[in-house]
Amino acid sequence: MSSPRPSSLHVDVGAVFRDRFAPLLPNLVTRPTGRAVREAIESHCSGRAPAPFVSLIDLTRVRVLDFSCADEVVARLLVRYLRSDRPREAFFLFRAICEIHRQAVEAALARHALAAVCDFGDGRFHLAGMASAEERAAWGILERRREIEPGGLAGDFGGRGEALLAGLAKRRLALRRGGGTTLALSAVARRDASGDDETTD
Amino acid sequence: MRVIEIPASFDYRNIETLYDQIDVAKAEPLLFDLRRLRWIDPNGMLVLLAAGRVAAEAGSRPRIYLPGNREVVGYLDRMGFHEAALEVFEIGPRSIWQRRSRRSDVLLEITGIARNADVHGVVERVQSRAGAILSNTLRYPSSAVVQFSVILSEVCQNIVEHAKGPGWVAAQAYNWRRRLGRQVAVIAVADIGRGFRASLEERHAERFDGRWGDMPALEAAFLHGITRFPDTGRGQGIQQIRKQVRRWQGLISIRSGSARIADTPSWSSKGKVEEGLRPFPGSQINIILPERIQ
Repeated sequence: MSSPRPSSLHVDVGAVFRDRFAPLLPNLVTRPTGRAVREAIESHCSGRAPAPFVSLIDLTRVRVLDFSCADEVVARLLVRYLRSDRPREAFFLFRAICEIHRQAVEAALARHALAAVCDFGDGRFHLAGMASAEERAAWGILERRREIEPGGLAGDFGGRGEALLAGLAKRRLALRRGGGTTLALSAVARRDASGDDETTD
Repeated sequence: MRVIEIPASFDYRNIETLYDQIDVAKAEPLLFDLRRLRWIDPNGMLVLLAAGRVAAEAGSRPRIYLPGNREVVGYLDRMGFHEAALEVFEIGPRSIWQRRSRRSDVLLEITGIARNADVHGVVERVQSRAGAILSNTLRYPSSAVVQFSVILSEVCQNIVEHAKGPGWVAAQAYNWRRRLGRQVAVIAVADIGRGFRASLEERHAERFDGRWGDMPALEAAFLHGITRFPDTGRGQGIQQIRKQVRRWQGLISIRSGSARIADTPSWSSKGKVEEGLRPFPGSQINIILPERIQ
């Protein structure tokens, strides 16, 4: 039996910031600003139905992202939704402007021993942050194939394949459906990008 | 009235000459005499303001004599020293400010930091003018303005989040032709808040088993990213600034209380740690970013 297909939510952080704080350059600096933006993202997510969905946190209209804001908008957001009492079944992808954002995002992830799926401006998603070599390899295969049926990693990892996919799902770096199929988060976001996803701007 | 003599050249290298003349425990009328001054960097300017504010808080508004040299006065004016000094000092007789020119070559004028909104203001101001200086003068890639902004944001947040007291930031580019054969950008941040030792004391002093002091506190924050906050994710600002400054082969030092700690590149003769300095409130951060060698 398979569960309903997951949907996606596009959160344009630049627009969130502009609406709430400033009409000019969206420089995400200072911890209170980051906290307020994270709360705004959580508010967008809370408006969704309880079914699992993938939220693309789009930082491409943010110019400066300091370490305090990266900690709030990336790391603490992930921590909140990794907890068992998370308010929604949200999974997160991050799209940043370039390598400059990568430094802040990677530092924030490392500090919390987290990993996240991020596009740093080259149009491809990468696994950023802390992950084992096997996790990275398994995630890379999933990213290429977009979805993997149960047993689909046996050729690459033998008996460890299922545990690796389950581990990725537990870290919310992949999405598992009822029937055991594992979906790449980027695949869900890309599939919806053509039409029926929701956006914040 | 006791006279505090400011040397003709006053920058981060001889800044202790000012600290050594300040007794924070003593309330007495002070006169800061800048009449011989010919050269001053942002560190010198901010420590003058900090020392003046400390004297004022001790009891009496200090007086300042401005430099006799009109060019130096003009430079101080462009750096925003005039406006900041008026809030701290009584200006001595025959001390005349020049009118501030509209167009400024200053990287970042002296800016008071007390709230997070001030940090946003600094970042926005720097965005509009630092790009050309960083690219053309220091030969950094065009993206460096973002990293430079992040450095400023993090050091200024240190004042808001930890110092619990007022502070200032300033930055300017200089040609260190004789000293280094290169252009540099100098960033100075100073506050007269509670300093690193008091900020970290409640959560961390106990496990230092009686060895707690200014240097252990600086080492904890500077080397190990320890912060007064219990939650994970805090304390990475200084660590990440150190990494970026190292990438640019720069110098970063923090003086707090009676100690100083630094990351020093090969071009600097400064030591990595100094203890037993004259006690002074708050923290003072100095960052020097040299021109990139192709």
